[in-house]
Amino acid sequence: MSEHDTPHGEVVGTSDGHGNGHSDGHSDGYGSTAVRLDQGHVEGSGGLPERFANPGLPPHVPRMSDLDEKGAKRAEKQVAALFGLSSLATVLFIVAYFAIDPEQSGYIPGIGNASLYNVALGVTMALALLGCGVGAVHWAKTLMPDTESVEERHPQRAKDEDRQRVVSELMGGGERAQLGRRPLIKFSLAGALALPPLAILLPLVGGLGPMPKDTLSTTMWKKGDRLVRDPERTPIRADQVTIGSVFHVLPESIKDSEHVLEDKAKAAVLLMRLNPDDIKPQKERDWGHEGIVAYSKICTHVGCPVGLYEQQTHHLLCPCHQSTFDVTQDCKVIFGPAHRPLPQLKITVDSQGYLIADAPFREAVGPSFWERGSA
Amino acid sequence: MSTDRTVSGADPIGRLRKDDAEPEAPTNPGLKAVGGVAGWLDDRTGAAKPVGYLMKKVFPDHWSFMLGEVAMYSMIICLLSGTFLTFWFVPSAGQVVYDGSYLPLRGITMSEAFRSTVDISFDIRGGLLIRQIHHWAALMFIVALSVHMLRVFFTGAFRKPREINWVIGTILSMLALIEGFAGYSLPDDLLSGTGLRAAEGFMRSVPVLGSYLSFALFDGPFPGEAIIPRLFSIHVLLLPAILVGLFTAHIGLVFVHKHTQFPGPGRTNDNVVGFPVMPVYAAKAGGFFFIVFGVISLISGLVTINPIWAYGPYDPSPVTAGSQPDWYMGFADGALRLLPGWLEFTAFGFTFSFNVMIGAILLIPAMYGLMGAYPFLEKWVTGDNREHHLLDRPRNNPTRTGLGVAALTWYGILLFASGNDLMAIKLHLSINDLTNIFRLGIFVFPPLAFWVTKRICLSLQRKDRDLVLHGRETGRIVRTADGKFFEQHEPLDEFTRWNLVQHDRHDVLTLEAGTDQHGVVSPTARKEKARSALSRFYFTDSINPVTPGELAAAHHDGQGHEAIEAAPSSESRPALESSRREPPKRP
Repeated sequence: MSEHDTPHGEVVGTSDGHGNGHSDGHSDGYGSTAVRLDQGHVEGSGGLPERFANPGLPPHVPRMSDLDEKGAKRAEKQVAALFGLSSLATVLFIVAYFAIDPEQSGYIPGIGNASLYNVALGVTMALALLGCGVGAVHWAKTLMPDTESVEERHPQRAKDEDRQRVVSELMGGGERAQLGRRPLIKFSLAGALALPPLAILLPLVGGLGPMPKDTLSTTMWKKGDRLVRDPERTPIRADQVTIGSVFHVLPESIKDSEHVLEDKAKAAVLLMRLNPDDIKPQKERDWGHEGIVAYSKICTHVGCPVGLYEQQTHHLLCPCHQSTFDVTQDCKVIFGPAHRPLPQLKITVDSQGYLIADAPFREAVGPSFWERGSA
Repeated sequence: MSTDRTVSGADPIGRLRKDDAEPEAPTNPGLKAVGGVAGWLDDRTGAAKPVGYLMKKVFPDHWSFMLGEVAMYSMIICLLSGTFLTFWFVPSAGQVVYDGSYLPLRGITMSEAFRSTVDISFDIRGGLLIRQIHHWAALMFIVALSVHMLRVFFTGAFRKPREINWVIGTILSMLALIEGFAGYSLPDDLLSGTGLRAAEGFMRSVPVLGSYLSFALFDGPFPGEAIIPRLFSIHVLLLPAILVGLFTAHIGLVFVHKHTQFPGPGRTNDNVVGFPVMPVYAAKAGGFFFIVFGVISLISGLVTINPIWAYGPYDPSPVTAGSQPDWYMGFADGALRLLPGWLEFTAFGFTFSFNVMIGAILLIPAMYGLMGAYPFLEKWVTGDNREHHLLDRPRNNPTRTGLGVAALTWYGILLFASGNDLMAIKLHLSINDLTNIFRLGIFVFPPLAFWVTKRICLSLQRKDRDLVLHGRETGRIVRTADGKFFEQHEPLDEFTRWNLVQHDRHDVLTLEAGTDQHGVVSPTARKEKARSALSRFYFTDSINPVTPGELAAAHHDGQGHEAIEAAPSSESRPALESSRREPPKRP
């Protein structure tokens, strides 16, 4: 049954290596009389079943600990050692909790500098838990019975009479309650069940927050507001801004703000100085001051601060989703998911040479919203 | 206890039912003690019957069945460690000046949420460990439930009667993402605040309602002081309650359905073969909880996660390069990076921001909607209304496996896209090129993955057939008397063979006549046509298991390498032509 005459790997029937007909038959019980079906020697299935039959559970293979009491003893000791390790580790955890200074850090090979306190607590806790867990699993695998049990399944659906009973009980219940005969009750009940949740929902939805009004479209920048550094909040003189430098800027009025974070989230501005010849659009040059230009720092995609300025290429990159804005082209989007350019803040200098806003932002800063265009 | 009982039977416990026998006195003192407590409880609850049933309940063994267990245990660890954290965490955006023990942050203005998180990390003994356990367990939870879902998908465990449980699972999975996002936003550090900033941008992209949604959730302009306490309430109360409730239903249905099992000798669609709860599964599953907890504590002891003290408190102006969400939000973030800007446009004076909305608002519900609908789609295609308790080997359903891998590839591309900046830096590549490759890849790679996976599955099936028909190569070369060489092949034993031939045949559904005998077009003709087309898509090149007849034929003349191809049935049809023939009509 296991010999063969071609390199293709066919099992052949006999030991003569020419495979003409009969199997030695001790492994599968088929094949001594059957012929190939796909060559049409005979019609029909040759009396063979459509499918193989499930051979049933394979014979049980005993474990070392089943055969040999020494093996079982060894397993017992291993389990006990693991449980013992667990208890020991808990004791060590308690010792570490009190004995180690929480501020102590040290070098751990492969990890680097770490809080020794955290490492000691974590490792002892892990040992306490792993000892317990591995011990229990090892116990189950070596000493608990490993003969498989068989449980019968039953179809999920209930018996027909049970299903019928539920249906008739349901219908009968409705009938006894006169649901069908009293449409007035039926329809008023539907309303009485459906509407009361509104009494909870309305105060919830109504109380969640105020109407946006024009809040999203305005910032605290107004004409004459000095540009101040963030976070130092010192004003900036135009001659301090050298070509290639970049400043994180807020309006000076931020110091009077009662909602600093909310105002900052809209008013943050980036100030850069370019060689005026590099600036292409006339509008950008006009809204700036001798090559100093100010743009909203809030990305027009989803509002991250556009924090990365490439001095050489004059590109601004948003670190969240990589929208790239070209400062030489009025902060037009040149790559990434944003659609609109960063809004420019029109600036000029006051009598003392400090940079000031010449006008508020002309459009809403930050991410798009439905009614943005109408604001 | 039976000695002082009167014959007349006045004892109220012993005589509740007429046919109750006298209880036997336990001989073993331990048994007596357990019996005493259990008896006391049973007298009051009648729990003996269900508990006895549960203790004998059989669970099949397979490593992949532990993935769901890992998810369950990680969730429990999250609940335990999270409760610990609530004792110190202050869910408030109120601004304070830090003067705790972490020197670099002294004198800095921050929210109470951030300060209390720093305090948990540095001033509560063991607080950092519990915080890290909480975060690592949350990551583990979502990893485990995702891989568990993949296991269920690829083995077809979602089929009848388990469709409801699959749907519950998809909802659990989606809520877990939101729960995770709410959780890591709570410390109000720079990274998570930037995440919330983006989330506010996402909400604004909803047509008509966007700014109202944003103002409702944040109680006014971003960031406001409401979002932290509201997220806290959602994170510790609302979502955990729903998660635990759905999880209970999920596990309850597993009990009702009894666990699926992999096919094998002795395993049928009508039985469960495995180990009983008492003692084996109690020890294994109970022990496994400790192992999962132990591994998470080990990681939490050794590997820092979310070092908020290094990020600093949230401020809308600064940002760090390489801002990434936790991994499970990566795919949505990746989608946002890939969606082109021209999807935003203005019409009728209103702004349509689809470049944001598709990735941030629609993607997650659409993805989970598709996943939840899949069992019903497949059932419609196969017309199979039987209960399935035996799992499919993934290779035996090549189209489903291919679809799964295609979906996984698609997900993977989005996930990798959310790291395009890091890849660009580490690999010295252009971020623009990388993004464009991902943009192209999202359309090219999933179909490619489908095709490759399906071919691999079909090849594996052919290999299985070959093994059954021609046996195992023994590596023994024999020379015959007339000088021929051949390698001896050994037939498989019937237990090994059963694994390779046990599965059902898949036949293509054929189209019913679109018209009735009077030539009237059937109202469902179009639907049936689609169904038939899908059925062809699924099963047209399916390879069927070896039948006894085919094996006998292969034994018969030893030339049967053609028989590697499936015969359409065990009727006398030429095997090679089977795929070209009109398949048999389904009864």
